[in-house]
Amino acid sequence: MKMLDLSAACSTAIALVIGLDPQMLDIVRLSLLVSGSAVLLAALIGLPLGAMLALAEFPGRGVLVVTINACMGLPPVVVGLAVYLLLSRAGPMGRFGLLFTPSAMVVAQTVLVLPIVAALSRQVVADLWEEYGEQLRSLGAPRPVVMATLLWDGRFSLLTAVLAGFGRACAEVGAVMIVGGNISGVTRTMTTAIALETSKGDLPLALGLGIILIGLVTVVNAAVFLVGQAARRRMG
Amino acid sequence: MKPEIDSILPLELDGIGFGIEGRTLLGGIGLRLESGSRTIVLGPNGAGKSLLLRICHGLLRPTEGTLRWGGAGQPLAEQVIRRRQAMVFQRPVLLRRSALANIRYVLGLIGLARARHRAVAMEALDRFGLAELADRPARVLSGGEQQRLALARAWVVEPDVLFLDEPTSALDPAATLAVEMAIHEFHAAGAKIVMTTHDLGQARRLADEVVFLSRGRLVEVSPAARFFKAPASPQGRAFLAGELVC
Repeated sequence: MKMLDLSAACSTAIALVIGLDPQMLDIVRLSLLVSGSAVLLAALIGLPLGAMLALAEFPGRGVLVVTINACMGLPPVVVGLAVYLLLSRAGPMGRFGLLFTPSAMVVAQTVLVLPIVAALSRQVVADLWEEYGEQLRSLGAPRPVVMATLLWDGRFSLLTAVLAGFGRACAEVGAVMIVGGNISGVTRTMTTAIALETSKGDLPLALGLGIILIGLVTVVNAAVFLVGQAARRRMG
Repeated sequence: MKPEIDSILPLELDGIGFGIEGRTLLGGIGLRLESGSRTIVLGPNGAGKSLLLRICHGLLRPTEGTLRWGGAGQPLAEQVIRRRQAMVFQRPVLLRRSALANIRYVLGLIGLARARHRAVAMEALDRFGLAELADRPARVLSGGEQQRLALARAWVVEPDVLFLDEPTSALDPAATLAVEMAIHEFHAAGAKIVMTTHDLGQARRLADEVVFLSRGRLVEVSPAARFFKAPASPQGRAFLAGELVC
């Protein structure tokens, strides 16, 4: 590729971003919807699961903790493949007809994000329990109250854990590509679009989406960092 | 909303011991704690004072001996025992919410009707001079204010017995005085005080009775006046004289 093409691609990309190209906006919207839903689901399951793993004692807990920690690094394509097999016509959940829909992508990304949220919140809650344990036992707080208390008091650290999950969901391409199928206007996300447009040679759209993707992740992280800092300063 | 009995005291310890990995940290403790009076637990570092308090309060299970609340009558229900005692720690652990919300949290735990939370909590804050700070985040209060908040939190439990583990060791003289006044309030309200301290002046000011520990053993239990004048044990004498006791 010549230098001229690259700079032309860049300026077209910037024009797309600034001009809020409708096709591009649709892709961005779907990406946020899918990753946002996945993170929400993962948080709803992962936060209590993490707290439970930090506080409850039962046989096999150590194995479970190690497994979940290991799953933080699950390769997205493998998760995609597993969810594909699960949702495909012949699979155990085939009758729901979810394959190649945004719902399937949400399922795949939830599986990807859940271990991150669960493992990090387990750590946060375990550290807090170290500090709060005697006091809460002295106050006679029952187990469910202890869990809720520690999750609430760890809210700023937990927000970071959830955000780490959001970053992973937004940035992965393998899982959504396999279970979503990258269908234009239906299951095309920023990452799958970038992969496709690049291979087609339509660099401006790919670059434009890349800029938005990086921008989004940066803005969300910066916002949470600032909110967390301000809150810590205020709440101690 | 106190249950029918007057007090969960006396607390009787019979042959209480605590060991970890074969090391005995506390052994052969036989002690009877009566209601109402102020018992100060004294002894050098590592004597087992904090350990004894935690065992009495139920935070640690003794590895030997038995602990019995309520004297000779029918054994009290675990929940009654739990609900009618409180502990203030050396470093208060406050929740990351406002001072008021820290008190309300406890009111929720003891099952007080929600409608009364605010009034009861404000009364407790006011009692310990914290009314102005009700809406401030508890974690950014000064050390002395935090400890008074911990005392206010214990106050709403209306405990029969209040355990305090070196509550003033990290505080300046003014804050220490405020804590001692708070302890007077509890005592005046009829609560039993069981407290450890390293401050002998404080022990003299507060104690009705002294329990003296050394190396995990109970060496002496004496009325405060007698202990500070003429301790019965050589270890007690050495301790008061500022000698090294081990």
